[in-house]
Amino acid sequence: MTAAATEPAPPALPAPAAPPPALRRAAARRRRTPYLLLIAGVAWLLVFFVAPMIYQASTSVQTGDLEDGFKVTWHFATYWDALTAYWPHFVRSLVYSGIATALCLLIGYPLAYTIAFRAGRWRNVVLVLVIAPFFTSFLIRTLAWETILADQGPVVSFLNDIHLLDATSWLGVTQGHRVLATPLAVVCGLTYNFLPFMILPLYTSLERVDGRLHEAAGDLYATPFTTFRKVTFPLSMPGVVAGTLLTFIPAAGDYINAELLGSTNQQMIGNVIESQFLRVLDYPTAAALSFILMAAILLIVSLYIRRAGTEELV
Amino acid sequence: MRPTRWLRRNLVVIAGVLALIYLMVPNLVVLAFSFNKPKGRFNYTWNHFSTDAWQHPCGVAGMCGSLTLSLKIAVYATIGATVLGTMTAFALARYRFRGRAATNMLIFLPMAMPEVVMGASLGTLFLNMRIRFGFWTILIAHIMFCLSFVVTAVKARVMSMDPRLEQAAQDLYATPAQTFYRITLPLAAPGIAAGALLSFALSFDDYIITSFNAGNSVTFPMFVWGSAQRGTPVQVNVIGTAMFVLAVVLVLAGQLAGGRRRARG
Repeated sequence: MTAAATEPAPPALPAPAAPPPALRRAAARRRRTPYLLLIAGVAWLLVFFVAPMIYQASTSVQTGDLEDGFKVTWHFATYWDALTAYWPHFVRSLVYSGIATALCLLIGYPLAYTIAFRAGRWRNVVLVLVIAPFFTSFLIRTLAWETILADQGPVVSFLNDIHLLDATSWLGVTQGHRVLATPLAVVCGLTYNFLPFMILPLYTSLERVDGRLHEAAGDLYATPFTTFRKVTFPLSMPGVVAGTLLTFIPAAGDYINAELLGSTNQQMIGNVIESQFLRVLDYPTAAALSFILMAAILLIVSLYIRRAGTEELV
Repeated sequence: MRPTRWLRRNLVVIAGVLALIYLMVPNLVVLAFSFNKPKGRFNYTWNHFSTDAWQHPCGVAGMCGSLTLSLKIAVYATIGATVLGTMTAFALARYRFRGRAATNMLIFLPMAMPEVVMGASLGTLFLNMRIRFGFWTILIAHIMFCLSFVVTAVKARVMSMDPRLEQAAQDLYATPAQTFYRITLPLAAPGIAAGALLSFALSFDDYIITSFNAGNSVTFPMFVWGSAQRGTPVQVNVIGTAMFVLAVVLVLAGQLAGGRRRARG
């Protein structure tokens, strides 16, 4: 363009007019295309995800009963009542899922690292083994933990023989000589169930790390540990953030593990929401509790993302 | 090499293998106990070896019906979520338009929401609209939560595709339709396949959201949940093991086929 401008303009050239109608139609069509592609998926989410959330917000300030129906009365006391009655369940949910997330990171990182850098031709086989548990119903696998941790089973006997359970009971995470129906069992189940959600994002981000960076760090006299701390781990941060979120969020709302592996003393907030909704049929309380859980999680997640400094998730 | 040095060098691999064992142990227990003949109603302690359950997989009232329902819902939910999700992913990956950031947020939110919240709120909506709970409400819920995962998988793939390949096809006088079917779709296929596979697994395995939207219908996970209270039949382990083996075989076969195609090409 700039080169053409310096040359003398040919005299007979017609002034550049508006683009011909066919081109204009094509441009309009191109502008419309993304909306046409989007509309079905977005509409589905708006109707069956966003609308229920809004509806739930309104349910949480309703009062009434099953016979006469529920009406919006701006009864905010439901929130207060729900919080005072069930705050231990909230605390338990956040603590259990926080510990489970930390354990997932500790257990999952070496495995993701091994798959990414050390597995060689076994890489795909190990990856399949990590994903494969998804296909055995997770309820069946959680029930399998009941067998593994059974009171008379070999695992618990061994832990008793080496007096580890005495130490854990002293810490308050187990009770007596058993593991089932204790916080340890629930956290163990949560860790197990959400481990693949940690490993896969970790692996994805580790796989992108250039192996030559390790060599370069070694050439510059970094010990393997320094290489890991200064090069590999910072580069895998997006995976760490994605993995911790994908583990923490579902774990905080989970009630399967607490129900199958815990006792009434390990009930989490999910158990309360489930029983309020499906058994007590107290819909306003269930809605208020879900709303508080959602708000708490969104708050923790947004603080965490800001601190971790990764926003490429969204 | 001195053993301590070997140990230090392979510490991470050893930790990785231990983690893999932790992941695999419950599956092995499920496999082992599918050959158990339990003494009472609960299949938690080993009694003696038997292949009864494998010979009569449908020998428990209601189980195979729930399995059929789960498979049917998983297939429909996978098709629905994959079609809707792929279209959405193409729009997000290929076009700049007003509302793009908001749409990205809308796709992200269902993945950042505990299942119990989504299940309870959708259930409240259906309840108040006086929609009868059953097959359709379960299907709607499953498409809803699978959609985001498909969009994420397909979007990542489409964004990593080289746009020059499509430009080259157009330069060689391919029509837009030809370019799409011969170039774009095959290139995006692994992402679409990953999204579909994930949808199938998520839908087939879902208990929490389903339990809020199922009414009297019983899916396979709901059957397992119910039986956990009453006494688990051995056949549950048979189905679990069969699904596991089938999935591993299918994925490995897919990988082999993919590897051979790459070798040929």
